[in-house]
Amino acid sequence: MTIHKGRGFACINYPIGMNLGGDPSQALVHSTPDGKFMVALSSIDLGQGMKSVTRQIASETLGVPVEDVYVDTADSDTGPHCMGSFASRGTHRVGNAVIRAAAEARKQMMEAAAEELEVNASDLDTDGAGNIHVKGAPSRSISVAETAIAAQFKQGRTLSGRGIFLIPPSDADPETGEMTPVTCFAHAALVIDLEVDDETGEVEVKEINSAYEVGRALNPKLVEQQLIGGAWMGVSHALYETTEPNYPERDHRPEDFNTYLMPGPGQVVPHNLAVLERPAEDAPFGGKGPGEMCANPVLPAIANAVYNAVGVRCDRLPITPEKVLRGIRANGGARPQGMPG
Amino acid sequence: MAKTPVTFTLNDAETALFVDPGANLNEVLRRGAGDLTTKHGCGQGTCGACTVLIDGVPHLSCLTLAETVERRRIDTAGGLAGGPNLHALQTAFMEGFAAQCGFCTAGMLMAAKGLLDANPNPTRDEVAEAISGNLCRCTGYEPIIDAILTAAARMQGRAV
Repeated sequence: MTIHKGRGFACINYPIGMNLGGDPSQALVHSTPDGKFMVALSSIDLGQGMKSVTRQIASETLGVPVEDVYVDTADSDTGPHCMGSFASRGTHRVGNAVIRAAAEARKQMMEAAAEELEVNASDLDTDGAGNIHVKGAPSRSISVAETAIAAQFKQGRTLSGRGIFLIPPSDADPETGEMTPVTCFAHAALVIDLEVDDETGEVEVKEINSAYEVGRALNPKLVEQQLIGGAWMGVSHALYETTEPNYPERDHRPEDFNTYLMPGPGQVVPHNLAVLERPAEDAPFGGKGPGEMCANPVLPAIANAVYNAVGVRCDRLPITPEKVLRGIRANGGARPQGMPG
Repeated sequence: MAKTPVTFTLNDAETALFVDPGANLNEVLRRGAGDLTTKHGCGQGTCGACTVLIDGVPHLSCLTLAETVERRRIDTAGGLAGGPNLHALQTAFMEGFAAQCGFCTAGMLMAAKGLLDANPNPTRDEVAEAISGNLCRCTGYEPIIDAILTAAARMQGRAV
């Protein structure tokens, strides 16, 4: 029995969102009578942080404290239209819609404040702490709450905004077939170090090193947690999760957590992560969204590392001990490829 | 079928309920006592989301017959905070981003509390062992283990 070390590399250009029908998302923003703002979306926060990020985006655009912004999601009966939470599109598509909606609400808020302060709206600015003041004269100010009350009870206007983000549909050029289905790519490179036991076929991931370029990390901790957690899911997909084998027949497939393998806290892999920021032009404050690609490059990197360790090329996932052992046997023994670099 | 009276202490509150014979504790806590902080996950003892403490020891509430907790003490995630003051574990989970979707969190917190009450200075391996019956799909476990170690250090007054 020998333990073979292997190293594998994979990189990814990840298209943010999709362009079928323009991939639209809408947002609605309105103020409550006490000067807080409600952002209505139909996108769903699955735990990835959609609510936190859209709240930050709305707060930044409106110029009000983040505590004064509420995000209400996931009721497609009452909310505006959204294509959904998938394809790493949330931050980019929904965020852009929120910027547009919040900008329109801000414009109305500034007009209402201008009427109260008897100045021109273009001379006003927000301080980000809940006040609107005359540029260069901070003492001439009105709070957002007072502005909302005046708008609602005196001026008879709403402070609200509508936003939609739609990618210009791109048709294929009839001559060349060329098209621009995606406007924004994120990138990553990932290295896996692992060990393969040539007697049992077991693969143990020892370390992950990765670099992700996700535009601006609008919430660095959320980005980090998604990349770390997603890499774990990538390891799980690469090595463990399957509804096969169906021995002796399909009726015996795994159907619950008793028999569906996932790595537990004892299999935590050290992950050294570098987040590079290259803000995208058409992204909300430059943020592209880490989304799905947190898991994607892990799988090919593990497959490459297994090949590097024992010379077995697995082209079906997951890379189970059985597949590794069958490969080693077919090759007449383990064939370490040598450590690259 | 005749119901059975069961009395127990739920997070400091004396609780008396009539339960169906064979009812599991998870169902009784959620539907009978209205404590929705205890999650119902797989219902077969493999995910750990329903973990509660019975007399200080972590148990899977979905596999516990409600009738067996007579005169015993049940602690759930709902009793962790003291009014507005979060438990050290809750604070560490929050600050360390140890939750994403949050479905495993209540079970993780109770498994961790059971550990720290019995072993205030656990090693990293002991923490991983203590939560090994709890599945998490989002975090990759590392932030959870870190948060539990951080809470342990703070509860002992050690610098983190």
